[in-house]
Amino acid sequence: MNLAIRDIRYHRGRFILTSIGLGLLLGVVISMGGIYRGLIDDALAVLNVTKADIWVVQQDTNGPFAESSRIPEDIKYRIKGVPGVADAAPLSFQTIQIEREGRPFRFFLIGYDLNGFGGPPAILAGRNIRQKHYEMVVAKAMKMALGEKIHLGLHDYTVVGITGKVVSSSGDPAAYVSLADAQDIQFKKDNDAIRNDRERVGANISRIQTLSQAQTKFLQKNITDITESTHIVNAVVARLAPGASLHEVQERIARWNHFRAISDAEQAKILTKGMIEKARMQLGLFRIILLVISAVIISLIIYTSTLDKIKVIATLKLIGAQNQVIVGMILQQSMLMGVIAYTIGYILISLTYEKFPRRIVLEPFDLQMLFVIVMVICMISSFVGIRKALKVEPAEALGG
Amino acid sequence: MYAIEIERLTKIYGKGETAVTAISDATFRIKPGELVAILGPSGSGKTTLLTAIGLINEPTHGKVLIDGTTVVDEGWRPGLDLKQFRREKLGFIFQAHNLIPFLTAQENVMIAMEINHLTSSEAKTRATALLKSLNLDHRLNSYPMALSGGEAQRVAIARALANNPKVILADEPTAALDTENGKNVMSLLKTLAVENHSAILVVTHDHRMVEGFDRVFHVSDGKITGEERP
Ligand SMILES: Nc1ncnc2c1ncn2[C@@H]1O[C@H](COP(=O)(O)OP(=O)(O)OP(=O)(O)O)[C@@H](O)[C@H]1O
Ligand SMILES: [Mg+2]
Repeated sequence: MNLAIRDIRYHRGRFILTSIGLGLLLGVVISMGGIYRGLIDDALAVLNVTKADIWVVQQDTNGPFAESSRIPEDIKYRIKGVPGVADAAPLSFQTIQIEREGRPFRFFLIGYDLNGFGGPPAILAGRNIRQKHYEMVVAKAMKMALGEKIHLGLHDYTVVGITGKVVSSSGDPAAYVSLADAQDIQFKKDNDAIRNDRERVGANISRIQTLSQAQTKFLQKNITDITESTHIVNAVVARLAPGASLHEVQERIARWNHFRAISDAEQAKILTKGMIEKARMQLGLFRIILLVISAVIISLIIYTSTLDKIKVIATLKLIGAQNQVIVGMILQQSMLMGVIAYTIGYILISLTYEKFPRRIVLEPFDLQMLFVIVMVICMISSFVGIRKALKVEPAEALGG
Repeated sequence: MYAIEIERLTKIYGKGETAVTAISDATFRIKPGELVAILGPSGSGKTTLLTAIGLINEPTHGKVLIDGTTVVDEGWRPGLDLKQFRREKLGFIFQAHNLIPFLTAQENVMIAMEINHLTSSEAKTRATALLKSLNLDHRLNSYPMALSGGEAQRVAIARALANNPKVILADEPTAALDTENGKNVMSLLKTLAVENHSAILVVTHDHRMVEGFDRVFHVSDGKITGEERP
């Protein structure tokens, strides 16, 4: 006969309520672990869809995600020419926040070369971008319909395709436009600003009295061409030819001095270690606190339920029950409470995790680990009750 | 052979100035099948005597033999497994029935057998038979809360009988019952003593309850002051 189960069955109301409470706590612990995994997943999402071996970024920066990086678009040709490089493509990244239907609407805009790689992964609905201008592919999470228009910079963009799960390292859903459009959106000023700039340049040049009218015109055109150039990207990504040495190619690119060649693995490290380390520690701390709270609750529950059973324990001892019978009853109760609470927490999160604003990724390893930890906590928490029970004297069974 | 033999049994609680001599120099012998009462006022040392015999509290001086085995000789006999001895040789009945609230009547009897290494199915068969013999067939699956005082005490008696003990020790088993139920319990004990050939030692302060007992020891202030055969 299992005393732990009999006791629980008899006091099932109390037991179930406690387990639900603990289950909610453990649910939060599970979701926090899932949020952390989600952070990593989100952080690496762009890397994973881009599938580049090398990220060429501005010298001395950890760009383009952790720091800003600006490099000229045309170095893509030089990088393509590096021995060991199979392909290279320019990419531009920017976070955009606009008002949409009266609410802030945030997303991560990726500009890519329509003939290169780094564009959207599988298209779920609609099609890929075909025209050089004013077409857009958005992630499903942006909740935009095909054909919908959105105003960015100076123009309207039409959603032509929906792609799957791509997010920025901070969890904003991604949208794709052609590189030229992205540069436009990022750098093109409105006409007033351009006119002002041109007039300022014109005024400055006209002060140089030795210039002829033709020379003035020529100079002005050249200067505005350079200053208005939008042929800037945030990174050029490269894929290695089969058999090429990553390290050697990195070395070759780095030797130009003006650029840094970051391997995909290094980029992943920058994104995870650097950018979400604090979030990880924060979540870890919360998880520990919640587990400690759970341990305290379990201890208290087990301790008070042991106090309730002093007479039962004394009677059992008096009629000759071995200590293991009594220890077993308390320990099993504690473990059972842990199992049920864990199950409740797990079911709760399994049913709801897709509705969380941040992505939650439930890894089997994390779940198993947490289960083991919960079991250890239950064991340790039952010690106070067990200690109390072992101190009970059989004589306490006597009297009224 | 005697079921219970005590010789010059003394129990002193505490030390020095605060020492209380709860039992001093008690000597008696009880044969198997005998129903014996210890009668005395509150504080006279009845419970102390019973628990000393029951291997629950350790006597300060003297000897105790149960079923021919010396269990106390100037303190508990070294190396004796008190719990094992209790569950094999002794049955206990309490003032409050002390049934386990979360076990049914049947399970309350079974647990006493299971801790004495009977299998669950053996225990179930035996517990059922025992409860039936005490007219509790209809109460097998009732929880103690749902039992009347008399029923609960009979379940407790069944539990005391679970392992066929040589000696049954009962501390005020009728204190929580009305006179009629109390008398029923006592006459049940009388029957059991005869049928099971076990010695039953009952502590009470109520002289009306000792009707039909084989012997009655009077205690007062820790001393046995007289013996009576009603
Ligand atoms: N654990 C203890 N520590 C100290 N003194 C005790 C202890 N137990 C009992 N005593 C004392 O020993 C004496 C006898 O107590 P005991 O409980 O044996 O009396 P009793 O005859 O059973 O009384 P009652 O009818 O009230 O149950 C009392 O004076 C009591 O105060
Ligand atoms: Mg007493």
